[in-house]
This record gives sequence, C-alpha cells and structure tokens, in this order.
Amino acid sequence: MKARVTVTLKTGILDPQGKAIEGALKSLGVDGVASVRQGKVFDIELAGADRDKAEAALKEAADRLLANTVIENYRVELL
Amino acid sequence: MKAAILVFPGINRERDMARALKLISGHEPAMVWHAETSLPAGTDLVVVPGGFSYGDYLRCGAIAARAPIMDAVRGYAAKGGLVLGVCNGFQILCESGLLPGVLMRNAGLRFICHDVHLRVERSDTPFTRGYNAGQVIRVPVAHGEGNYEADEETLKRLEGEGRVLYRYCSPQGEVDEAANINGAAHSIAGIVNDAGNVLGMMPHPENHVEDIMGCTDGRGLFAGLVAHLDRAA
Repeated sequence: MKARVTVTLKTGILDPQGKAIEGALKSLGVDGVASVRQGKVFDIELAGADRDKAEAALKEAADRLLANTVIENYRVELL
Repeated sequence: MKAAILVFPGINRERDMARALKLISGHEPAMVWHAETSLPAGTDLVVVPGGFSYGDYLRCGAIAARAPIMDAVRGYAAKGGLVLGVCNGFQILCESGLLPGVLMRNAGLRFICHDVHLRVERSDTPFTRGYNAGQVIRVPVAHGEGNYEADEETLKRLEGEGRVLYRYCSPQGEVDEAANINGAAHSIAGIVNDAGNVLGMMPHPENHVEDIMGCTDGRGLFAGLVAHLDRAA
C-alpha cells in the first residue's frame, strides 16, 4: 500500500525559503504568483493491507518525527 | 565536573567542547555515542554539542532528538541534571521537547559565521553565574538555522519567568534589530527550561576560551558551571 504524508508550515509561521522562491518566480516573470509556502512530501510504502492500521501508523510517524507540530501541520493520504 | 558529551553522526564540534571542558574543569569529559541507552555514572553535566547531526536531514536536530541516548538525557534532566546544548545541540534539545520552541532558517537566509555580542540577562543561574547580569560577552556563531521562534504564550512565559539567559546585542549591550543577527524572537540567543537546568544556545562559548582564540569571554559559562557544582557538592 502506498501513502503520502504532506507537511506544511502553519499559517502565520514565517517562511523565508518560500519568500525567496516567490521572489525568484516573480523575477522569472511567471505570471500571477501571489505567494509561495514551502513544504515537504513523504511517499511511504506500507507492508500491510489494513487501511486503519496504516493510517494510525502514518499518524504516529508524522506526530513523532515527520512533522514538528509546533510549527507544522500534516496531512495523511492513503493512495 | 564530570561532563558527558553526546556524539551523533555528523556532529563536528564535540572536540572543541571536550577541549574547553578539560581546560576549565580539569577533567576529561566522556564521549557518549548516540546509540547508548545510559549516561556514565556520576555525570554532572550533559553536553549536546554543535555540528550537523544527520546532515540536518528532515529538520535540524530532528533525527538526533529521537536517538536512544536522548531517553536517558530526558530522564537525567527530569531529575534536575544539568544539560547544555550548543548550536545543533540547541536545535536537538528543542526537537526532543526538552526546550520549547523551534529554530527556523535565519531571517536573512544566509549562514552566519562570525563573532557576535551577547548580553547576559541574569547571573543567578548555573549557566550564567560566571558573569554579571547585564555583562556583554563576545562569542562566535556558526549557523544557518538559529532564528528562535515560539508561540506568543511561550515567549511570554520565557520572559515572565526570566528564562532568556542570553540575547544578541550590540557591543554596547543594546538589544535591537540591527544586532539581532538571525531574526530570533526577542533577540533570543539562549534559553533555559522551566526548571532552569537545561540551557540551549546558538553561539559557541567553547570557541572563546583560550588566548590563542583571540578572546576568552566564553570561559565564564563553563567556570560558572564548575563553581555551581563545587558549591552543590
């Protein structure tokens, strides 16, 4: 089973990297970019087939390591 | 003072730290590998040194914070044991939950590697008793992610409880935007936990302890710890 965990910065947390990318896109002349926030994507392969178990394991992974919940939110998707 | 220095893959300031501790305390510190599950008996001080544990993968300090030895450090700190984290060590302590907040990318996005001035906010703690309150010291920094951030409530608590021990300042001791090298909230360079026995700081006091380094302002931190432990003994 394949899964994806997406980690993004919480609203209000300053994202200097996103700002720099936003600036670069604007200087490239890419039209219509209002703002950029940078995040992380983890593609994870799971051994079992139980979706509930998988979801629980992924949530644990995100809470304990993949995200720093002081500053980041995460979303778990089973693909 | 029997110090234990934690060693993680990618750490590179552990020998500077060991040299400074030996010089000032007279005792060779123990080097403790991250896969260990206990600290040497009789440890007076645990040091989490600087460097780039696990290449800063995922987030600075995130992977080291989950190493087996960190459970032992949590237990040691819960019993009141002294813990000092410098640079990556500060990041590791925040990631491990021993200190609140997080160290974000420097506001100017650049790696900063030069001397800075710090104002010592108070002298009545184990980590600052070698200095006077309000004293300005000069120590180096070397980091890309030293921009301390925490939510408003945490910052209010840190300030209200006098837990900010070191702040970036001008050579004259003024805390202002210009001296706040990395954009840290409240110009925070170093904080302690609520019990006051765990300090995390971005600058490297261990790199200003000998005349050959051009400055010895960092000695006070270690000398203060030695004095604190001598008095407690």
